[in-house]
Amino acid sequence: MLLVEAIILSVLAASTPLLLAATGELVTERAGVLNLGVEGMMIVGAACGFAGAWMSGSIIIGALCGIVAGMLMSVIFAFMTLGLAVNQVATGLALTILGIGLSGLIGARFVGERITTAPKLAIRGLTDIPLVGRILFGEDAFVYLSLALIVAVWWFLYRTRAGLVLRACGDNHVSAHALGYPVLRIRLLAVLFGGGCAGLAGAYLPLAYTPFFIPGMTAGRGWIALALVVFASWRPGRLVIGAYLFGAVTILQLHAQGAGVGIPSQFMSALPYLATVIVLVLLSRARTGGSTAPAALGTVFVPDR
Amino acid sequence: MMKRLLGAAAALVLAGSVAGVAHAADKLKVGFIYLGPIGDLGWTYQHELGRQALVKELGDKIETTYLENVPEGPDSERAIEQLVRAGNKLIFTTSFGYMDPTLKVAKKYPNVHFEHSTGYKRDKNMSTYSGRWYQGRYIQGQIAAKMSKVGVLGYIGSFPIPEVVSGINATMLGAQSVNPNIKVKIIWVNTWFDPGKEADAAKALLDQGADIIMQHTDSPAAMQVAAERGKLAFGQDSEMIKFGPKAQLTSILDTWGPYYIARVKAELDGTWKSEDTWGGLDSKMFEMAPYTNMPDDVKKMAEETQAAITSGKLHPFKCPVIGQDGKEVECKGGDHLADGQILGMNFYVKGVDDKLPGK
Repeated sequence: MLLVEAIILSVLAASTPLLLAATGELVTERAGVLNLGVEGMMIVGAACGFAGAWMSGSIIIGALCGIVAGMLMSVIFAFMTLGLAVNQVATGLALTILGIGLSGLIGARFVGERITTAPKLAIRGLTDIPLVGRILFGEDAFVYLSLALIVAVWWFLYRTRAGLVLRACGDNHVSAHALGYPVLRIRLLAVLFGGGCAGLAGAYLPLAYTPFFIPGMTAGRGWIALALVVFASWRPGRLVIGAYLFGAVTILQLHAQGAGVGIPSQFMSALPYLATVIVLVLLSRARTGGSTAPAALGTVFVPDR
Repeated sequence: MMKRLLGAAAALVLAGSVAGVAHAADKLKVGFIYLGPIGDLGWTYQHELGRQALVKELGDKIETTYLENVPEGPDSERAIEQLVRAGNKLIFTTSFGYMDPTLKVAKKYPNVHFEHSTGYKRDKNMSTYSGRWYQGRYIQGQIAAKMSKVGVLGYIGSFPIPEVVSGINATMLGAQSVNPNIKVKIIWVNTWFDPGKEADAAKALLDQGADIIMQHTDSPAAMQVAAERGKLAFGQDSEMIKFGPKAQLTSILDTWGPYYIARVKAELDGTWKSEDTWGGLDSKMFEMAPYTNMPDDVKKMAEETQAAITSGKLHPFKCPVIGQDGKEVECKGGDHLADGQILGMNFYVKGVDDKLPGK
């Protein structure tokens, strides 16, 4: 295997959890809800995903457990912010703290256990194509699923009526409400979708990345996903660019160090953040000339009856 | 920033809940500050095993409390102070980055005793304790040089602090004693604990042609990657053979229990005083995991080196030590480098083909 090929495969794996979690958060925020609990939902997804896979012996069941766990976490968030109209920022932060603690509790029983990782795809004829075969058809299914998901989200947001309604809720919930759309119900669905994606992103870590569970193993990836959504100015296409750019620079700086480039490693470690922020900011300035945050993002909506 | 704020918030929440249950007034209260989660299977896990050994030994006389996931730096000051307010009289802070915060709190509370791990600042009521892990690294270097087919070692560093740098140097000196042309590739991940990133670094090193993985980070991720690729690796801090039954050569096992028991006994007797403890193989501050996945002659060599270091016959940094620039390093400790030179090591030895970050 060529070095370039090896690097690209590592980039695909490193970017996938970021892309999955950010996709979910993008939909949530597009509906006008700011859920800062991504890290918490991810780590609970990681714990439950590992637990499910370990007990059942099936990666798919593990992934489903991760999704359901992330959704359950987001239900707590939805109950607080949509049901009781509590401040979204505070609730999101609390959700992360809760998630970190809860995942340690759930996962304590499984620390030190091992599972076999999600199998790499092997499609006869396709995976064997030189150079591109392994990259396009030879990683684990999650990698391709995450790409399919973001395409589906793009199509949903910009090409369907339901997507238009969801965006309307995020931009002006009062108008959406006046037009007769069930704002809170739509937001609930968006929050659930975000939770499921974060749970799956978390589950990806123990199921495909490093096949064991350790408390705190998400190591801040949820926060990066959150930042990616902002810097992608809430657009699916840019989100893909951002996630892969971040993953690529992360892996490349490791390789550069191994090859002895002689640039201070502290700078190298900061590079993924710098590069991603700069590129995405340039992208968003070039096209629209500024931020395109959903206008009602983070604001509480209480329908008048 | 957000993450650090959160960690602090989490620490405060934890501290609050802990303070709530502590009320048995006549027992000595002993507190611990941990960097990672107790289930990290590495650094923090070993300290937790030490604490458990302490409780087993002296559980009827003491009450222990620990705070896990406490970020290094200024935030930790609040966590340490929380332990003081909760009535702890002896507090162990178990990571390098807690050094200044511990010192600050120690000055504020002269009647409480503090023990800081791996640092170099002390006070009347603040001791330091650490292990001479470079001794173990020297043995690992010899094994690595024997076992590597291509003569290239892959080394995952956390932060370029003296402890890690001296580990790299000891590894290279050991390796060079077997194969003078040995090469090492170093990747700094700038974190102690991020399984994903540690795995990525291990993959990068293997992809670039290294065939032995050594790590100075805390999770078993690198070991697991080596196992998956059919390569060899060394564990770190704790026993990681579960994650690489066919990959682990050995591992430096931190064994804090005896030290914790001795210090708490001193506190109970009223004989505690500020000290600087830097224990090596002879003091059992750490042990070597069984030598596995290697032929008998390599195992024999490792055991002989271990015996020589334990008895004091062999010093990993015996003079002359040649620096990266080709000049001989000043020999301040007689026939080997002085402890101070090792504790403050900020240079590479000859043969390390890497630039020390920040130099």
